[in-house]
Amino acid sequence: MNFIEARKLVHEYIRRDEEGNVEGILAALDGVDLEVKAGEFVAILGHNGSGKSTLAKHLNVLLKASEGTLWVDGKDTLDNRYQWDIRKNAGMVFQNPDNQIIAGVVEEDVAFGPENIGVPTEEIWSRVEKSLKSVGMLKYREHSPNKLSGGQKQRVAIAGVMAMEPKCIVLDEPTAMLDPKGRREVLEAAGALNREKGITVILITHYMEEAVQADKVYVMDHGKIVMQGTPREIFSQVDRLKSYRLDVPQITLLAHELRREGLQIPEGILTKQELAEALCQLY
Amino acid sequence: MSIILDKVDYVYNGGTAYEKRALNQVSLKIQDGEFIGIIGHTGSGKSTLIQHLNGLLLASSGGIYYNGRDIYEEDYDRKELRSKVGLVFQYPEHQLFEPTVFADVCFGPKNLGLSRKESELRAFSALRGVGLPEEYWYRSPFELSGGQKRRAAIAGVLAMKPEVLILDEPTAGLDPLGRDEILNQIASMHRELNMTILLVSHSMEDVAEYVNRIIVMNQGSILLDGAPKEVFRYRQELEAAGLSVPQVTELMQELRDRGIPVSPEVTTLKEAKEAVLQAFSKHRQA
Repeated sequence: MNFIEARKLVHEYIRRDEEGNVEGILAALDGVDLEVKAGEFVAILGHNGSGKSTLAKHLNVLLKASEGTLWVDGKDTLDNRYQWDIRKNAGMVFQNPDNQIIAGVVEEDVAFGPENIGVPTEEIWSRVEKSLKSVGMLKYREHSPNKLSGGQKQRVAIAGVMAMEPKCIVLDEPTAMLDPKGRREVLEAAGALNREKGITVILITHYMEEAVQADKVYVMDHGKIVMQGTPREIFSQVDRLKSYRLDVPQITLLAHELRREGLQIPEGILTKQELAEALCQLY
Repeated sequence: MSIILDKVDYVYNGGTAYEKRALNQVSLKIQDGEFIGIIGHTGSGKSTLIQHLNGLLLASSGGIYYNGRDIYEEDYDRKELRSKVGLVFQYPEHQLFEPTVFADVCFGPKNLGLSRKESELRAFSALRGVGLPEEYWYRSPFELSGGQKRRAAIAGVLAMKPEVLILDEPTAGLDPLGRDEILNQIASMHRELNMTILLVSHSMEDVAEYVNRIIVMNQGSILLDGAPKEVFRYRQELEAAGLSVPQVTELMQELRDRGIPVSPEVTTLKEAKEAVLQAFSKHRQA
């Protein structure tokens, strides 16, 4: 069985007026089918309001489906017995680092999660050390989080999730507020967890470049999944992506435009190395 | 018209153990009608710098002159300065609070002491200026999408009729089309309303595409200041400061390293395309 499996998942937000009468219903998720294998790195793209974050919140039962079914790690999210198990196994990191760090010292912040689920003290310490190490933040363990840069804070937040030893980590636009270096640091940390520890990573992003390293890309629009495939398959469809208010990485766009001008470059170029290689062969 | 900063220092928590020098001897001149990008890593002093330009933060030492007048003079009207130099903070939509978008945009001019009619006229032109369709004007701000809310919030500052507009990461958290729409709108305000614009951004590709001049902040000082082509020549310095150059600029470097003689002065997609095509056509003729 897949680690995450959604069948016709529907989530409706009900809008009410001041007297509490129903004004309208918005289907933020409208029949989503999704299959993620254990150990995969999946990127989810989509414009503002397309349903990405609503989907993410279902993955660790912050929201529950109005219709349809979602299994995480083989457990039905609608079954209340599994709620805590699922949350333990699918950790979440949000956009704003300042909203998710609570302690005054980095290592205490990372320890908060495991402490909360009753992990014995010695094991907490070894988990804190391991998870700070896995995101390259071990040397900051005794620092105050508010002196860290945005990228460092996000890595501490990821370490906090890792200390719960989840099988999956869901990152909801983790780099939206970061500078280029911070973005690189966070993506490298997520990539390393996936490669070295086999953690399933779900990355929600508005930066097309960040989806290039994923095994699989899903594109959402109006609560539905409208495209799925490898980054190469997805980003070779420039015009279709634009119709969903999205884009392709700058390098892919350049390759696309050069091909239109008659240069014989293959479709779906993703990185500058690939484009340089293709151009050198033509030259 | 101009803004001049002369050796501006700004020290947080001066005289305590937490003393931090956020600006260090910053001198610069901003001319009328410029479109400037400010880049720098988190904590480099960008936000501190822009808050000095309209007098929200007061320099620990040094001077700031707006149109030739010292803004720290005793009889200088700093409240008026704040209406001349409009500042759009990060995530400005969090500051929307009136029941309708239109009322929210009227709030600024009303606060300046303008009549209701004059405020409404200004709100009209500000909302047109940001390109928000009329059907959204009388709705609650909370019913709008992320990009629309952002526009409504920018309109609130535009309604103050600023001469200088400063935007702190106006595209953070928006989807690609939303980003393009907001940036195009800002570029057209620069062109058509002839406003001076300062844009704080984390996207090298965006500043390369839109602005005429880039100021690079690092550790509270100005590291580089010049046209995008000049600034992006300093790749190593930028990387050491936690920044980068646009992807197409990196690509050109890679191509030159592999023996394709493309121009090094490429910072935008359009220029990259032309540079590659030119190199290929020369090669084929030869």
